[in-house]
Amino acid sequence: MSIYIDENTRVLVQGITGKQGSFHTGQMLNYGTKIVGGVSPGKGGQEVEGVPVYNSTFEALENQEAEASILFMPAPFAKDAAMEALDAGLKLLVLIPESIPLHDAMEIMAYAKQKSAVIVGPNTFGLVSSGSSKIGIMPNRYFIPGPVGVVSRSGTLCYEIVGHLTDSGIGTTTVVGLGGDRVVGLHFIDVLKKFEEDHDTRAVIMVGEIGGSAEEEAAAHVAAHMSKPVIAYLAGKSAPPGKRMGHAGAIIERGRGTFESKVEALNGAGVKVADLPTRISSLVQSVL
Amino acid sequence: MKLYEYLGKELFNRYDIPVPRSRLVENAGQAGEAAAELGDVVIKSQVLTGKRGKAGGIAFASNPEEAKKEASRIFDMSFSGFAAEKLLVEEKIEIEQELYLAFTIDGSARCPVVLASLSGGMDVEEVPEERMIRWPVDVSIGLQPYMIREICRLMGVSGDLQKEFLKFMPKLDRMFKELDAELAEINPLALTPNGLVAADAKVTIDDDALYRHQELPRISEKTALERKAEELDLAYVELEGDIAVMANGAGITMATLDMVQHYGGEPANFLDFGGGADVEKTSQSLELLLGTDPRVLLINIFGGITRCDVVAEAFVRVKQSQGIELPVSFRLIGTNEEEGRAILEKEGIKTFNSMDEAVRHAVELSA
Repeated sequence: MSIYIDENTRVLVQGITGKQGSFHTGQMLNYGTKIVGGVSPGKGGQEVEGVPVYNSTFEALENQEAEASILFMPAPFAKDAAMEALDAGLKLLVLIPESIPLHDAMEIMAYAKQKSAVIVGPNTFGLVSSGSSKIGIMPNRYFIPGPVGVVSRSGTLCYEIVGHLTDSGIGTTTVVGLGGDRVVGLHFIDVLKKFEEDHDTRAVIMVGEIGGSAEEEAAAHVAAHMSKPVIAYLAGKSAPPGKRMGHAGAIIERGRGTFESKVEALNGAGVKVADLPTRISSLVQSVL
Repeated sequence: MKLYEYLGKELFNRYDIPVPRSRLVENAGQAGEAAAELGDVVIKSQVLTGKRGKAGGIAFASNPEEAKKEASRIFDMSFSGFAAEKLLVEEKIEIEQELYLAFTIDGSARCPVVLASLSGGMDVEEVPEERMIRWPVDVSIGLQPYMIREICRLMGVSGDLQKEFLKFMPKLDRMFKELDAELAEINPLALTPNGLVAADAKVTIDDDALYRHQELPRISEKTALERKAEELDLAYVELEGDIAVMANGAGITMATLDMVQHYGGEPANFLDFGGGADVEKTSQSLELLLGTDPRVLLINIFGGITRCDVVAEAFVRVKQSQGIELPVSFRLIGTNEEEGRAILEKEGIKTFNSMDEAVRHAVELSA
């Protein structure tokens, strides 16, 4: 089993004719993702990697059935595309673009809530249910089926950790990228709830970082509601306060969101925090 | 992007939010002239670092001579390494009570939040939690009058002051939205005999939305090197150590710095050259790092969108064009790793598969 997506999830690619969109359409098809159509205003009638292209999400849905969409376009156009997908009735949106203005992101989240839709990202690598489907840009070969659920705020660091697991012979159920921005759709708690309910997931890895209070909120949830073991890694221990470390969220401001407060909260909830990303797989082995 | 107080107040003025009368001055003589015009004044250094008051960057003066003296003292000061280029000379207003009001973005609630308190004037961190009212504003309906009345009720405010807030808050809300602000903070918000007046202004604009605000000036707190990195569209932060670090992705770059420290080394910087960079951009990143004259160079690449052969090619290009004399620890795996390794091996450069080994090697080289 898996969470959010499986081999039956039908996916649209918005921005499919762009460089990123077309490349990752090919990668997703290779992985086994059921991509039923692409959207690119003004380019309807073309094909990309054998996938039919439509002028709008509405037009795509007149011709195909789909539940989910992945968005590739420059940040200034992301709000319009996301609103269109939500209005057309899609229930799961993966927002790949980085640098979407915060006020745009907040409007997208508010409309998604009204439509009971799930937003992954923005500024995410997407999500993958190992061995069955991926809606994202992660490298295919590290995501093999197994018993561990992974939820992460950062991309490459997550690949690093999943790569280690794979090398140790441990696969994953679903791997979810929350996104590096300050306002994102899915939070740790949403994904932890799903993993707790998923029969195949026997342990969960949380990859967090400094900034914000998402890890502290997750810790309180784990303490109260999680029966499955949770292992964490947090990036940014050495980061000085007031300096934004790449991700919009990764900044220690006014003494909030420090590494120490997160570790304390997680340890207090019974979550083991690995001191190096390379030590996660042995911690996971010890709880499986 | 943080705005100086005077710029924040110019924007307040544009949105009809009351601010004290003032003059912006660039030397002590002008401060004296401003005081002659305004009477009793407050002289405030225009710097972006907080706590300028405690540092002595704010002074009162009751005549032009005094204003000149205080201004020249403040011009000579340094605030976390930054000197004030301008001072704001403001009329001293009659304050009955100091309040606090801010609009900011709550990542947990995914919406704006109003922060309001009757305990203003002090460091906001020192305000007890129960005296700071937090009201998330549902984006689908926006700020409504009932929310303002509710915030007032929770603060224990009624009557004339509530009426003041009902006029004041929608203006700040409009500005916050229209200018794509991340923060619009007024501390203290002064209650005067003429109503509420913004005695300070702390406004931060969302960097990612600046493209649609050409009317705003561009302000940078960055060092010269960080500004150069910004022009190249790199996420770069200067640190204190001697091991230059380059990696692809913010999380993995942070984790690499943490690991350097874990093994006893000190990173010289944070440099995330992003996903999917081409040879040109990767070469520029390398050249930027080499220009900082570090003792050791640590490159940690886990290729996803980023291709290992592109990184290798960029490295060889820089090595051939300007020479790379310092010791290098190079980790290279992921997309096109065989091709990348082959390119480097031709130049006699070995790579690591494991991040752990590469970091430990870099720390040994720096010792």
